[in-house]
Amino acid sequence: MTEAVIVLPAAPAERPAAAAQPPAWSRWRHWSWGALSLAACVLLWHGLSTAHVRTAWITFANVPTPLEVARAGVDLLTSPKLLHHVLWSLWRIAAGFVAAAAFGVGLGLLIGRFGWAERLLLPPLEVLRPVPAVAWIPLAILMFPSSEVSMIFVTFTGAVFPILLNTIHGVEGVDRRLVASARSLGARGWAVFSQVILPSAAPSIATGLAIGMGTCWFCLVSAEMISGQFGIGYFTWESYTLQNYPGIVVGMLWIGLFGMGSSALIRLAARRLMPWQALKGEAR
Amino acid sequence: MSAGRIDIEHLQIRLGQGAQAFEALHDVSLGIAPGEFVCLLGPSGCGKSTLLGALAGHLSPTAGGIRIDGQPVSGPDPSRGLVFQQHTLFPWQRVIDNVAFGLKMQGVPRAARREQAAALLASVGLAGFEDRYPTQLSGGMQQRVEIARVLINQPRVLLMDEPFGALDALTRVKMQQLLLQVWERIRTTVVFVTHDIDEALFLADRIVVMSARPGRIVEQIVLPFGRPRDAALVTDPAFVALKRRCLGLLHGAEPLPRLSPLGAPAAAPAAWRFAV
Repeated sequence: MTEAVIVLPAAPAERPAAAAQPPAWSRWRHWSWGALSLAACVLLWHGLSTAHVRTAWITFANVPTPLEVARAGVDLLTSPKLLHHVLWSLWRIAAGFVAAAAFGVGLGLLIGRFGWAERLLLPPLEVLRPVPAVAWIPLAILMFPSSEVSMIFVTFTGAVFPILLNTIHGVEGVDRRLVASARSLGARGWAVFSQVILPSAAPSIATGLAIGMGTCWFCLVSAEMISGQFGIGYFTWESYTLQNYPGIVVGMLWIGLFGMGSSALIRLAARRLMPWQALKGEAR
Repeated sequence: MSAGRIDIEHLQIRLGQGAQAFEALHDVSLGIAPGEFVCLLGPSGCGKSTLLGALAGHLSPTAGGIRIDGQPVSGPDPSRGLVFQQHTLFPWQRVIDNVAFGLKMQGVPRAARREQAAALLASVGLAGFEDRYPTQLSGGMQQRVEIARVLINQPRVLLMDEPFGALDALTRVKMQQLLLQVWERIRTTVVFVTHDIDEALFLADRIVVMSARPGRIVEQIVLPFGRPRDAALVTDPAFVALKRRCLGLLHGAEPLPRLSPLGAPAAAPAAWRFAV
């Protein structure tokens, strides 16, 4: 479904005003289109799964219906297990994400800024980048004595590359005139880095963090396949092995919602921390 | 401290790598007195911005050298303020913090540096715009902030690389008048790069005309006009006569790609990099 709302730019003003608010009806239309599209998806799912559609390539015979999933969702919501699952997953995501952010931003700043770091560090990282999270599981089990750490490591591998690449991209995109100007104004060494390079690259780093947060959740099921008795990803996988098919979809939906929510939180934080970014669109 | 005497001696600068290398400046010698307003005039790509970049300390000489008040130039320094054609304000800082940046680098406490920055902003007609971000200003305002940001370091030498070149004609004239007003108060040495003959004639004490490939000085014209100057000067017969002379000097010059005070454009990054 295509975006149906066209937000007209505010008329060019001599004194640029605060960000233009779309009129209420346009906003309402935006939301109603979103709700309509979601409802259509659920309806399609309902039709396919209740009719047990079977073709040569795909069968919906074992796919739970929306109602079954809703019932399983309510059951899970009212059971004390949910909080446990959610907290364990949140902890793994948080630990993996924080490690990936520290590693990705740190290395990205080095690689983006220094040629020697790029020559030294980029080739191995480039080889590792296409390896999917699932492929890391056996090695993670062998490398880390605790299964908890191996799970955190797998979520880490999911987040680290988007963060790293966006940081490198951000640092390399720094306008060298800004750096020259700062040096002419008396900035030296660390001050150039902290006052110019870092804030210049910050929007790109924030994009990397938001994408990395999403891919972290992406890897959660892979990570929690390793072991454990708790976690949303584990719940999803366990539901399959126990033939609790509605549970699979409930788990998937939880992961989707949490992934979406946490990425949105990062974007929100970035907007708060970088108010100048929001002005770009309305600049002359 | 003497105030901004510039001595350029047999300066030669080569730019570019390998087969792309060329001589941007060839044996340029020039002396500029403290407090003098000099315009470097020449066609695009003639090396006048390269000379400015060398004065700022962003480009190092291939041969020869530059001394400011007897001290050789070995790198960028706050005593030599550089104003670019396109502003280099930090988009993440409010106008007042952009102006105060030089003082921040000197370690001046926040309240004190903001106070000085506000006074300087008022002197370029931007009182009330302290809390804006650079993108919220017009092009002329951005250049005024850029100039204020350089002046807060009380530079001995003010280097300007076609600072009004990207502005519309009306704003440009206003900015020229503003620059002269400010300069009449602080009387720092100014080296102003332009390819606009009217601008050079209106602003300068002396015009240094340059020619391209290799960049060299072809003529120097000391202007007889008194100060303060007003807009009516441009219709003065002496002004028109000098304009004709400058046109003759620039006549037939092939325009070349514009150089920047930071040298030739950076090489493209390696092709095997990951795509983002």
